[in-house]
Amino acid sequence: MKYDKLVTNALGRTVPTIINGKPAVPYMGVGKYRPTGFKASTKIASCADYPEDGNKVVSSLKEALVKAGLKDGMCISTHHHFRNGDLVAVPVFDIAHELGVKDLMWLPSASFPCHEVLTKYLEDGTIDHLEGSMNGALGKFTSEGKMKGLGILRSHGGRYQSVQDGEVHIDIAVIAAPTADPFGNMNGVNGQTACGPLGFALADAQYAEKVIVVTDNLVPFPCIPWQINGNYVDYVVVMDKIGIAEKIVSGTTEITKSPDRLLLAEWSAQFCDEAGLIYDGFSFQAGAGGTALSIGIYFSDILRSRGWKARFARGGSNKYLVKMLEEGLVEYILDGQTFDLDGVRSMRDNPHHVMTTPFTSYNYHGKGNFSSLVDIVILGATEVDVNFNANVVTHSDGYLLHGIGGWMNTLFGKTVILPVPLFRDRNPVIRDRVTTLCGPGELIDVIVTERGIAINPLRTDLIEKMKNTSLPIRTIQELKEEAERICGVPEKPKFTDEIVAVVKWVDGTVIDSVYKIAR
Amino acid sequence: MAEISTTGNKGKGIRSDCFVTLELAAKGGINLQLESKVAVMYGESIKKQALEIMAFFGIEHANLRIEDQGALPLVLAARIEAAVKKLISTEKEYLTPLLDCNKSLTARDRNRFSRLYLPGNSPALMINAGIHHPDGIILDLEDAVAPEKKYEARFLVRNALRSIDFYGAERMVRINQGERGLEDLEYIVAHNVNLILLPKCESAGQVHAVNKKIEEFVHGTSYMVHPIWIMPIIESALGVINAYSIASSADNVVALAIGLEDYTADLGTRRTLEGKESFFARSMVVNAARAAGIQPIDSVFSDIGDMEALRQNVLNSKALGFDGMGCIHPRQINVIHEAFAPSSEEIEKAKKIVFAFHEAEKKGLGVVALGNKMIDPPVVKRALNTINLAVKMNKLAENWRESYEI
Repeated sequence: MKYDKLVTNALGRTVPTIINGKPAVPYMGVGKYRPTGFKASTKIASCADYPEDGNKVVSSLKEALVKAGLKDGMCISTHHHFRNGDLVAVPVFDIAHELGVKDLMWLPSASFPCHEVLTKYLEDGTIDHLEGSMNGALGKFTSEGKMKGLGILRSHGGRYQSVQDGEVHIDIAVIAAPTADPFGNMNGVNGQTACGPLGFALADAQYAEKVIVVTDNLVPFPCIPWQINGNYVDYVVVMDKIGIAEKIVSGTTEITKSPDRLLLAEWSAQFCDEAGLIYDGFSFQAGAGGTALSIGIYFSDILRSRGWKARFARGGSNKYLVKMLEEGLVEYILDGQTFDLDGVRSMRDNPHHVMTTPFTSYNYHGKGNFSSLVDIVILGATEVDVNFNANVVTHSDGYLLHGIGGWMNTLFGKTVILPVPLFRDRNPVIRDRVTTLCGPGELIDVIVTERGIAINPLRTDLIEKMKNTSLPIRTIQELKEEAERICGVPEKPKFTDEIVAVVKWVDGTVIDSVYKIAR
Repeated sequence: MAEISTTGNKGKGIRSDCFVTLELAAKGGINLQLESKVAVMYGESIKKQALEIMAFFGIEHANLRIEDQGALPLVLAARIEAAVKKLISTEKEYLTPLLDCNKSLTARDRNRFSRLYLPGNSPALMINAGIHHPDGIILDLEDAVAPEKKYEARFLVRNALRSIDFYGAERMVRINQGERGLEDLEYIVAHNVNLILLPKCESAGQVHAVNKKIEEFVHGTSYMVHPIWIMPIIESALGVINAYSIASSADNVVALAIGLEDYTADLGTRRTLEGKESFFARSMVVNAARAAGIQPIDSVFSDIGDMEALRQNVLNSKALGFDGMGCIHPRQINVIHEAFAPSSEEIEKAKKIVFAFHEAEKKGLGVVALGNKMIDPPVVKRALNTINLAVKMNKLAENWRESYEI
């Protein structure tokens, strides 16, 4: 049973309470759901079963998978630190296919265009369904109802939470590591496919039944730094090439040249400044998009002119953030992923550039996490509704197109700002109702568009502080009307009533469903 | 006449536009094919609009194909109307709504520090132009439009004048040279254009021809008669020599601009950063404009990546006496405004003079003095201008005198 027992959750969205045969809790509100019980556990291992000389190297990925007991219905996990340059996830499923294994569940931490070839294994039943992110062609495949099982979309923090809580049990984790030793210690900062941190693979190492490390840079013990310990690892595999370096550092990390987006960045920074959100010792979350990057440039100008510093910045890091660190405008980068080689170099060489993991930054079922400590969070969205609820996974035409990433987790920052165009070509971004609800409006504070800035009425403090600003403050309703005046009132996408995927909130509850597109 | 017409743009990088192919037929009704990237949200509305336009022009049988990249209704309408008029001859015009904001008039002496050029056949650049708050936007029918696109661009420019909110920018159109430029007027005069840029202007006669055409066009119609300003652009050696007679050729000439790319080509030299080769021409234009009591406006600066060089360029331009310059990229606007705005020192100096002026007035003194130095009336006038400008540009509070201390 793909899904069953629909209910209406606290946001008025219809969601299933049985997903792929397992029970699920509907979203109850921010901070409302309290889990009970204990975290997941893995079997106790014994050194007696592992080589005394510490050499866990096996001859091939296939041998490792066979030794790990690959069989029908298992959950296989991979990480996305190699982004579109990943050469490991696809071969795993090629081997599964060759061995005639069926109904696997793939748990990537994100998917990229290089993974689109896997749709053939979704079609032939090698893979039953994905839990993670369904981008591009995989999103289209899912939206058209072609996936056998029900897709589950989670945030980076939600992925950690679900594995930790035992909602997802990983049978085999395949961890691509730019550098590793035969014992399985690994890091992402050295080697030809250096990608920075390996934090997205932490839950996999800690909780998977079997852990396979795949590297193209095997060094003698010890591999230093060991971002993830070999003590979690069963097998080490050496491949010629595990990633394509130039695709690992993706192209989305340049500052935007678009004058419209630069205006959004400028206004966002000006807003933060006038609202008193920037101060000596403040903190911010730097996004990877062109607009978010350029906000960093404006922040730099403000900090420099006043002799201030940010205490820390949360990455994704890139050359611009590294420059701020090196110039002394930021004291620490707490970094979950690096987007370019400057980021990798800095993490490797600068003790103030620190690797974080979804456990430290985002896991909602922990004793706190870093995301709520951040002063300013700048994010994107595909749609925002008049109650400030936002969507990041589907487009207005109804198709799944993006993963959630850390977006949902960072909403817990003190002030969350979404710089978004009022409309893209003829797609209005501000709507009566978002197609898919991924972020509750109560956590989203400011929408910055090129035709006006809307402050969430819940943030009376910000409204008060911006009373005399020269920036164009509008209500969100006014912005929506302006978009519709220019573009016309859009029709809603046509869906069938069949659910093809669900979106899980940071605490594992189901916040919304994604429906099959009507033909 | 042709059997099939095409209008608009398609291909890589085209956004907010559409490509229309129209073929008239003898029977079969309107066979409408729509491929749109916003089909889910606006497919029905696009079809409805397309059929409405067909009916408006009395076309009953045709194959109409629209390849849409998110074009706004005013763009779709312009493309379809142009496609129709390439095939049939009609006086009718399918006009998109005239927004209230586009009924505004502009003052003869308003600020014209920046005017942003927008290629007349590229809707994507027009839609958000106003959010960058240039003093003026120029819908360019001349050099920025390829010859084969000049006809269809007129419809787009007309609809833009009516239906795009430019957020307070003065609405300017650069028409083509010669006869084609006079024809362009038929598409813009009745649609609240504020100012017409007249390219390659070499004689007062060209200004007269434009004014005559406007009068003929307006005469006997119900069109609202409102002031349409003219900004001739001097782009040749002959133009420079005739600068004063052009500047003073008509009451509605409010500014005189210089175009340096064509001018330097005409001289047989090349444009340099330093600008020695155009010093004479620029000074002539400034002098002619000042003599005629209108605004001298400088050429565009074409390196859009180098904001520091632009700033230097604007400061030079201001020092020569220019009141504004053209922009080819929105990011140039702020740099230009900043550099043309009075500097803090200029404002401080002007404050002293203006304060002394008001004190003298209060005391009924005919002479303004600062310490034991007498201030000439023109200096006072300039200081007053500086203060007005500073207030207008939010660099000085309007009530600054209340808290002013000597």
